[in-house]
Amino acid sequence: MRPFTYERARSADEALALHDGDTHYLGGGTNLVDLMRLGVERPARLVDVTRLPYDRIEEHGGGLLIGAAVRNSDLAADRTVRERYPVLAEAVLAGASGQIRNQATVGGNLLQRTRCSYFQNVTKPCNKRDPGSGCPAREGEHHNLAILGHTPHCVATHPSDMAVALAVLDASVRVRGGSGERGVRLDEFYRLPGDDPSRDTTLDPGDLVTGIQVPPLGMASRYRKVRERASFAFALVSVAAALDVADGKVLDCRVALGGVAHRPWRARRAEEMLRGAPATEESYLRAARAEMEAAQPLRDNGFKVPLATNLIVRTLSELAPSKPGDGS
Amino acid sequence: MRPLERVEARDKVTGAARYAIEYPVEGAAHVVAVAATIGRGEIESVAAAEVLAMPGVLAVLSCENAPKLNSVDDAELEVFQSRTVSYRGQLVAAVVAETLETAREAAARLRIGYRAEQHDVHLRDGQSGFRADVDQGDPEAALAEAAVSIDETYTTPAEHNNPMEPHATLAEWNEDGLTVHDSNQGSTTVRDTLAKVFDLDPAKVRVISPHVGGGFGSKGTPRPTAVLAAMAAREVKRPVKLAFTRQQMFSMTGYRTPTIQRVRLGADADGRLSAIVHEVIEQNSTVREFTEKTAGPSRIMYRAPHRRMAHRLVQLDVPATSWMRGPGETPGMWGLESAMDELAVTMGIDPIELRIRNEPETSPEDGLPWSSRNLVACLREGAERFGWTGRRAGREGRTLTGMGVASATYPVNREPNTATARAEPDGRFTVRIAAADIGTGARTALTLIAAEALKADPGRVTVEIGNSDLPKASLAGGSTGTASWGTAVHNACEALLAELDAPIPPEGVEVTVDTKEELESQEKYARHAFGAHFVEVRVDIDTGEVRVPRMLGVFAAGRIINPTTARSQLIGGMTMGLGMALMEESTMDLEFGDYLNHDLAQYHVPVCADVRDLEAIWLDEKDPHLNPMGSKGIGEIGIVGAAAAVANAVHHATGVRVRDLPITPSRLLPSL
Repeated sequence: MRPFTYERARSADEALALHDGDTHYLGGGTNLVDLMRLGVERPARLVDVTRLPYDRIEEHGGGLLIGAAVRNSDLAADRTVRERYPVLAEAVLAGASGQIRNQATVGGNLLQRTRCSYFQNVTKPCNKRDPGSGCPAREGEHHNLAILGHTPHCVATHPSDMAVALAVLDASVRVRGGSGERGVRLDEFYRLPGDDPSRDTTLDPGDLVTGIQVPPLGMASRYRKVRERASFAFALVSVAAALDVADGKVLDCRVALGGVAHRPWRARRAEEMLRGAPATEESYLRAARAEMEAAQPLRDNGFKVPLATNLIVRTLSELAPSKPGDGS
Repeated sequence: MRPLERVEARDKVTGAARYAIEYPVEGAAHVVAVAATIGRGEIESVAAAEVLAMPGVLAVLSCENAPKLNSVDDAELEVFQSRTVSYRGQLVAAVVAETLETAREAAARLRIGYRAEQHDVHLRDGQSGFRADVDQGDPEAALAEAAVSIDETYTTPAEHNNPMEPHATLAEWNEDGLTVHDSNQGSTTVRDTLAKVFDLDPAKVRVISPHVGGGFGSKGTPRPTAVLAAMAAREVKRPVKLAFTRQQMFSMTGYRTPTIQRVRLGADADGRLSAIVHEVIEQNSTVREFTEKTAGPSRIMYRAPHRRMAHRLVQLDVPATSWMRGPGETPGMWGLESAMDELAVTMGIDPIELRIRNEPETSPEDGLPWSSRNLVACLREGAERFGWTGRRAGREGRTLTGMGVASATYPVNREPNTATARAEPDGRFTVRIAAADIGTGARTALTLIAAEALKADPGRVTVEIGNSDLPKASLAGGSTGTASWGTAVHNACEALLAELDAPIPPEGVEVTVDTKEELESQEKYARHAFGAHFVEVRVDIDTGEVRVPRMLGVFAAGRIINPTTARSQLIGGMTMGLGMALMEESTMDLEFGDYLNHDLAQYHVPVCADVRDLEAIWLDEKDPHLNPMGSKGIGEIGIVGAAAAVANAVHHATGVRVRDLPITPSRLLPSL
């Protein structure tokens, strides 16, 4: 690997000051260090941000503020998170393994890179890694790549489970940059590939993620992930959903999909159709199908369309009997 | 014998057990291999000077400067002897540096110029030219006349061995010759091969391999790591350490060929087979011929007067295929046992009853009597324990449930070996043999075999293995280890005991034996282990996820030497069978010509959450025609047939017949 310097920042200001163009912030390193070994990432400097004072989960405006340095295991085990945001705890526990969750941070989880085979192999073209070199995945191996929002430039998927739950929670990311601190709604944080897949997010160079703000939910929620083995595998498709039902009608509903696009895919069309609709399997199926009309499956990933459809219906059906906010 | 805990368990748990490149050596340099980035062609240039200028880089080795090596019968070991690139990912150069990090960076920067040619890596049906292994009777006519017939094609993908410890070698030259700490399945073979490659007296080569972190066949033949490390150490005149990366293990260390198997069965109205035809298409690299004998088990499993077993090897620009977890039997029993299930379903006969009806009196291959064959007993015992009778496909909410069965078999072979047994005046014994324990429990089993022959407590017996200075021994492979080494150990101990009628002198008493003659004169029998797998599956209707809550393997493998480690081996094999059934798959990149999977995140094997109630048991099988211990090998039979049992259970649960492994949601969901 390329020689690099390692420095541990004592404050956010120091971290920002240490960041030059050739720098990566280092969280748990569970993805970044792998990518450095593969030569995919070749930073000249690592700035360790795990000792910054962002390692707490705090009450904030009726919701929570989750520090970027909080370990994934601690987030999933947090009593408040489990009671009020089961979708988030379930999503985190559905990711990786116990050992990796102990090491990985919330900020790093947000910023992990796609597991597309071509992206991870520096001897092959990839527009995300090497802009303009091409996308062999489109015609090559893509059975677990995108069906929604992809472009000829990139068919990668975002690998995070946690981010899918955060999408459904309307979370926003707290970012420290050159011009101070700002909040970025998750919808605006992640990008679709467009013609510049090298950028996963809208962050500017040097921006430091300091935390995630999660507003109050007030609905039952859950996360369901489908993968090729019982644990420790990336999603083929996952669904995060929150549902509020009264008198047999859907009062409110949020759905996000993982494993289908370059970012967590908020199923806005399905949500709109469901608000006010009868809380029945028929409604859920109609909405899921409407959402999937936008899908453009590739040669070998067409199975994700019925899989996502079924998973939306199943997850909403399982949520429906619960009372709002009972945390089950 | 009474069960014995793994004798090196404490060393392994505490980290005292050292693996190949973990040995502390003063001043060791590090070697990193460089892989070809074209699928076929010639190396035109190697820009060594650029990386030699990097601080800490000691040497660059390639076809441009490598010393001439002697050829052996595996061209994969002709490291840097040619400019030809035979497949993408082939070992084409190496960098030696002061640190591993420098070596890796230099290897990444090393520019190699190629003249690329169009590669072909796509295994497909279409070419003619089967090589028939068995042709008995007139199978085509028998199929045409059969009351019921099955004609289906079953496929398996390429599968990579992926032992936890990568292929690794620490090499050091001194006045006594070459010493390597190497991760392999047989130190004698590695010694003899290195001696030949480097033109040395075998006595000048020492291969030390007391602990090996798995091999699954991929370390059965000496690998290029050993040759490259020895070459590099000689070049830089220092000890060197070399381990292939996980990424390199998908191209440089062997794997199982994908298979395309057409299986045809013909049966009369009672389900008695008249014809079995098993025709297999497989791939071969252009560097090394290797036949996966996939149709092999169809030679002996069931009675049928008309039979044809054939293989066709398609030569492609792919990495070299090799041994992998029950080569032949494992993919072959997937095809045959799936077809048997299809025949049972078609005829409305219980799958166990169908197998019992086709039980052969003698080996269908050559008419030899069985030394013992207890397939039927395994099927009946398993059916009883598993609750097979009255099995019903079920539904619980959005989950479908079902049960499946399949037979297992593995041949019983022995290789000639030598061993030394020694008695000391203090009552201790030492047994020496260059056997290999690749995690199987071989050291422990040999301790028990020695103790029994010596009529001594196992605590008084020390077994020394894993070193080519010990009496020469065969490989840990083909499920032959315990039977082959055990024969030599048993004979040496028995001969020693016969000499211990007087007090043991201070210098001790030592006996060495060779089992070559005993093996050559053994009676002619068809010797095979048998077994049966029972599987329950749960299939999610909405997602196509298949989970296996319960799996039982019943085996008839002669006398089990050490129940503790035997159970581990058998459930380990069954777990590999689960992986083969549900997740293991290497995907060829047709555009670039290599396998896309590059790590264990992209090549799935079962994790603990996949392995639920999984149990292996065995019958008390007494077979006097095997070896002094009465044992059959158990290293591989645990995986054989397991994938078919899973697929048969999936069919029982869902009515969907999956004929292409693995059974992933992407394959199953569209049919649900």
